[in-house]
Amino acid sequence: MEMFLMSFTVFVLAIFVGFEVITKIPPTLHTPLMSGSNAISGITLVGAIVSTGTELWVTTVLGFLSVVLATINVIGGFMVTNRMLAMFKKKT
Amino acid sequence: MYEFIINFSYLVASVLFIFGLKGLTHPRTAVRGNLLGACGMLLAVVVTLTDRHIVSYEYIILGMVVGGAIGAVLAMRIEMTSMPEMVALLNGFGGAASIFVAGAALIEGSSLTDSPILQLTIATAASGLIGAVTFWGSLVAFGKLKGLISENAILFSGQQGINSVLAILVLGLSIGVVLNPESFSLYWLLVGVASVLGILLVLPIGGADMPVVVALLNSYSGLAAAATGFVLSNNVLIITGSLVGASGIILTHIMCKAMNRSLTNVLFGVMGPSGEGGQTADEVYGGKVKSASPEEVALLFDAARRVVIVPGYGMAVSQAQHPVASLAALLESRGTTVEYGIHPVAGRMPGHMNVLMAEADVPYDALKDMDEINQTIDQVDVVLVIGANDVVNPLARTDPSSPIAGMPIIDVDKAKIVVVIKRSLSPGFAGIPNPLFALDNSLMLFGDGKKMVLDIIAALKDS
Repeated sequence: MEMFLMSFTVFVLAIFVGFEVITKIPPTLHTPLMSGSNAISGITLVGAIVSTGTELWVTTVLGFLSVVLATINVIGGFMVTNRMLAMFKKKT
Repeated sequence: MYEFIINFSYLVASVLFIFGLKGLTHPRTAVRGNLLGACGMLLAVVVTLTDRHIVSYEYIILGMVVGGAIGAVLAMRIEMTSMPEMVALLNGFGGAASIFVAGAALIEGSSLTDSPILQLTIATAASGLIGAVTFWGSLVAFGKLKGLISENAILFSGQQGINSVLAILVLGLSIGVVLNPESFSLYWLLVGVASVLGILLVLPIGGADMPVVVALLNSYSGLAAAATGFVLSNNVLIITGSLVGASGIILTHIMCKAMNRSLTNVLFGVMGPSGEGGQTADEVYGGKVKSASPEEVALLFDAARRVVIVPGYGMAVSQAQHPVASLAALLESRGTTVEYGIHPVAGRMPGHMNVLMAEADVPYDALKDMDEINQTIDQVDVVLVIGANDVVNPLARTDPSSPIAGMPIIDVDKAKIVVVIKRSLSPGFAGIPNPLFALDNSLMLFGDGKKMVLDIIAALKDS
C-alpha cells in the first residue's frame, strides 16, 4: 500500500507539473507538442525492453511487439517533431 | 547501489522531458527542447539495457532496429498535410505497446516487478483497457483522416445502448482480472472487448471534430503509459505518462472551448442540421451571392493596404499552402501588410494550419490567433478565406438556435471586403448555410484553392 501511495504521489504531482508547463505552450506549436509528446510516451519502451529480455518465450514475443511499437513512437515522434520545428522561423 | 543508479538516471530522464516540454513554449527554443527530450529517452533506454532481468539481447535489438526504421521512414516521408494521420497512428502505437507490456508483466507476475500484487493487477487491467481503446480508437481516427472510412458521423440505432453494455462488460472484466490475475485469457478478453469499445466510440465522430478526438487519444496514450508505470512501479513511466496525459487533456479542453461544446457533446452528441428557425440555403443565398474572377480579386488586393488570410481544412486538402505563402510574399513586396488569422479548430488537429504555413516558410509571428486578429479585423481591407467555412460563419454570433451558436469565430464579416475561395456553396461540417457568402461586402471565388490562388498571383503580376 505504501508503495502504491508513493507511485500515486508521483503521478499526481507530475500531472500538476504537466498542466503548469503545457498551458504556456502557444497554439502555433500545438502540433509539434502532440508529436513530441507521442515521442516521450514511447517511454513504455523501457518496460518493453525488460519483458523482451526475459526467459519466457511468451513475454519475449509480447515484449518484442511492444519494443517495435514503442520504438516507432520514439524515433518517429522525435524525428517528425524536429522536422516540423525546423520550419518555424522568425520574420527576417 | 545499482538500483540507485538506475532510478537516478530515470529521474534525470524525467527532468529532461520536462525541460523538453518547457522548450516548446517558444519557437526559438523548441528545437533544443525536442533534443533534450530525445537525450532523456536515450539515457532511459541505455540504463534499462543494463537491467539484471535481461538474459538475451537479440530480440530487443531486432525490435529496436525494425521499429526505428519504420519510425524514421514515416517521419521523413510524411507530408505536412498528413500530420494528423501520423499523430493518430503514433497515439495508437503507444496504446498498443502498453497493452503488450502490461500483458507480459501479468505473466511474469511478481518476478519482474516489486509492485504489490493488487497494484500490479489493477494497473494491468487499466493498461489493457486504456491501451486497447487508444489503439483501436486511433486506428479508426487514422482511417477517417486518411479517407479509408467515411469522414461523416457513422450512426446506427441502439449505438448508445451497445456502448453502455460494452462499458459495463469492460468494467466487469477488469474486476475479473484483478480478482484472478493467474487467468491470462481474462486479460486478453478484456483487451478484445475494450477494442470493440474503442472502435465504436470513435466511429460516430465526424471529420471536423477530429481535433478533439486526436487530442483526447493523445491524452489516453499518456495515461496508458502511466498505468504501465504503475504495473512496473516505474517512476519514469508514471511521470512521462502523466505529462502526456495532462498535455492531451489541455489540448482537448482548448479544442472544445473553441467549438463552444462540451466534451460529452463532441463524443456522444450528434451535430444535426439546424433546428427550429434555421434558414434554408435558398433563403440565405437566393440571388445575393456575388461571384468574382481571379482578376477582379487581384485588383482588390492591389488596392489593399492590410490583408488577412484565414485558412481552413480546404487549404490543406488542395495543398494550397505554398501558393498562399507566395501570394502573401508578393503582396508584402508591394507594401501590403499580410497576416494570418488561425482558428484553433481549423484543420484536423490542434495547430494543423500553423504547421502548414510554417512549411511554406511563413514566419511564425505573422500567424495570429483568433482573439488577436478579431481585435483589429474591422480595419482590414481584404480578408481572404480559403477552405474555411463554419469557423467564419456569423450565425454563431447571431442565431442562438444554430448548431454552432456561441462558437467563437473569426469575425471576417466585419472586414471591409471578404473574398472566399470555395468550390461551391455546399455547407461545412455543421451542415448549415453560411450567410457570410451572401453579405454585401463578400465575394465568392469558386474553384480549387490552389488554382485560384495561382490565378490571383498571375493576375497581380500582369497588372
